[in-house]
Amino acid sequence: MTPERPITSRLAVAASSAGAGPAFWITGAILFAGVPLLNLLPDDSFFHVSDFTLNLLGKFFAFAILALGIDLIWGYTGVLSLGHGVFFGLGAYAMGMHLMLGIGTEGVYGNALPDFMVWNQVEELPWFWKPFYSLPFSLAAVVLVPMTAAAIFGYFVFRSRIRGVYFSIITQALALVAWLVFNRNETNLGGTNGLTDFKHIQGFSLNDPSTQLVMYMITILFLGLAYALCRWITQSRAGRVLIAIRDCEQRVFFSGYSPANYKLFVFMISAGLAGLAGALYVPQVGIITPNQIGVLPSIEMVIWVAVGGRGTLSGAIIGATGVNFMRSTLTNHFPELWPFFLGGLFIAVVMFFPKGIVGLLKKASVMLPSGKSKVENVATTD
Amino acid sequence: MNKSISIPRDIAGEHKVIGSRHQRSIIYLDNVTVDFDGFKALNQLNLIVDYHELRVVIGPNGAGKSTLLDVISGKVQPASGRVVFGQATDLIGLRENEIAALGIGRKFQTPSVYTTLPVWDNLDLSLRRKNKGFVATLFSKLNSEESDKIALTLETIGLTKKARVLAGQLSHGEKQWLEIGMVLLQDPELLLIDEPVAGMTEQETEKTGELLKSLTDKHSLIVIEHDMEFVRQIAKMVTVLHEGTVLCEGFVEDVQNDPRVIEIYLGRQKEADAPV
Repeated sequence: MTPERPITSRLAVAASSAGAGPAFWITGAILFAGVPLLNLLPDDSFFHVSDFTLNLLGKFFAFAILALGIDLIWGYTGVLSLGHGVFFGLGAYAMGMHLMLGIGTEGVYGNALPDFMVWNQVEELPWFWKPFYSLPFSLAAVVLVPMTAAAIFGYFVFRSRIRGVYFSIITQALALVAWLVFNRNETNLGGTNGLTDFKHIQGFSLNDPSTQLVMYMITILFLGLAYALCRWITQSRAGRVLIAIRDCEQRVFFSGYSPANYKLFVFMISAGLAGLAGALYVPQVGIITPNQIGVLPSIEMVIWVAVGGRGTLSGAIIGATGVNFMRSTLTNHFPELWPFFLGGLFIAVVMFFPKGIVGLLKKASVMLPSGKSKVENVATTD
Repeated sequence: MNKSISIPRDIAGEHKVIGSRHQRSIIYLDNVTVDFDGFKALNQLNLIVDYHELRVVIGPNGAGKSTLLDVISGKVQPASGRVVFGQATDLIGLRENEIAALGIGRKFQTPSVYTTLPVWDNLDLSLRRKNKGFVATLFSKLNSEESDKIALTLETIGLTKKARVLAGQLSHGEKQWLEIGMVLLQDPELLLIDEPVAGMTEQETEKTGELLKSLTDKHSLIVIEHDMEFVRQIAKMVTVLHEGTVLCEGFVEDVQNDPRVIEIYLGRQKEADAPV
């Protein structure tokens, strides 16, 4: 790693070395190639993965990317954000706007303007919609808009040394504000109904199972990249500074680091991952509304990480996919029970297994005689 | 919130006037007042510590000992007064990490270590490095020189065998030593040490005393301590604080026999110690 090489290639080297464990590649291969192959099996086969299930998995793994980001800022750095729905929403809306413009005149009113604008008697496309005709612009906005929002918000909050529960409350307020703003028709983002009824992406129909299959595979690819990025960060010296901030912030100051800068960087990375997750979510689910980005979803996102095991990257992924799997299953059969179940789950995590599912698994592996050697570096390895 | 008066950062010219007297001072507090909503934790305090000096600060609870260290290390901004580090560096208005980078290290009263990181990583993060920004730290790698420094410090603080143990699993005394090691690796010119032997066994206390005394070769130290026996072991010069100002200052033998000191501090401690 010589400093002369461009940062992208250094990142690539770092990412490949950071995520190069056999478990990473095996899991990645199964999810990226194995699951799609099962989808190609005949419908009556026991191992067949239906289009519906594949689409569901795609959504879960998009959430897993967001959970990785929350884990960086909360699990590692100890800063609890209750406003990540906002960053998820910014990414999702950026992607949604591009898809919305892609509908063209195929909408209900046959107008080039999105249907909701026609309904709201908007005559001309608002200026901030125009760049979203471009896919490259939209893809960049998906990550850069949430990161910029996080940078501005984080700069003031971290500089003012707002931390702990006060930070959580302020981020919660941010989520509420975003929810209110996105709900307004005057914001020109579809109001309470949000953005929906997308037809195609780059000419491929979003209703076509093969398009959804590709979306699933792209999601897995980005999940792998996000994991490698997070792993590289957490294994670096900067990652240890993050843990140090969580353990004892005042000592970090006196060791010559600026905790505010570190928190700001991680908050931005975390917001970027949330935006990416939102952008992958929208084409697979087909709708984004303010209710998916407000206070309640923001809290639910934190619960995913808590259940999986904060402070471990695998925990974030397991938590996001696991809780959402339970959600899908439960809401299919007992829709009214889900909130109680989620609340109960959270209480159980806090009271009985604070290190989440991964913590439980580690404990179990330690109890086995062969797992003894793993005890030592529990805190830093993943 | 405390108001800090505005003083030009570069006061070298002004300092020359007093420079003739305090040329060799590593830290110079001039008329420093810290006001916590009307309560004056420090009241027009003056203090001068020379290079290679080990100064012990004693005083009853609430005398302003920890606030004194807070002011020097940037945790608390004084309402008025000046804090000058070295020849002409005004510390007022600087952030803690900037002051640390200038060469002032601090050990807290309660051991402040990174409990979920191994001892080695605790020391590694504390090492003095040119750039401690996020991006630089993300890409930085440990070189052999740094690795040697850490190994040497591990030996000094007697934790070589525990380098891979999580700091949270150390005993209280070991945590105190680890924190001293962390401060040492910053290679500070001035060390601020708050109650280094609290909770240590007699043997550990003596070892700590020897270590602190040996540091004056390269560093200057301000040590806050309650344990008078320990003070006698390490101190030459002692400053007694009382209600935010310096009550008296001098050689440890003289200070101990000063009737005012006996009255406000030593006497009280005797009372407190009596039942034990």
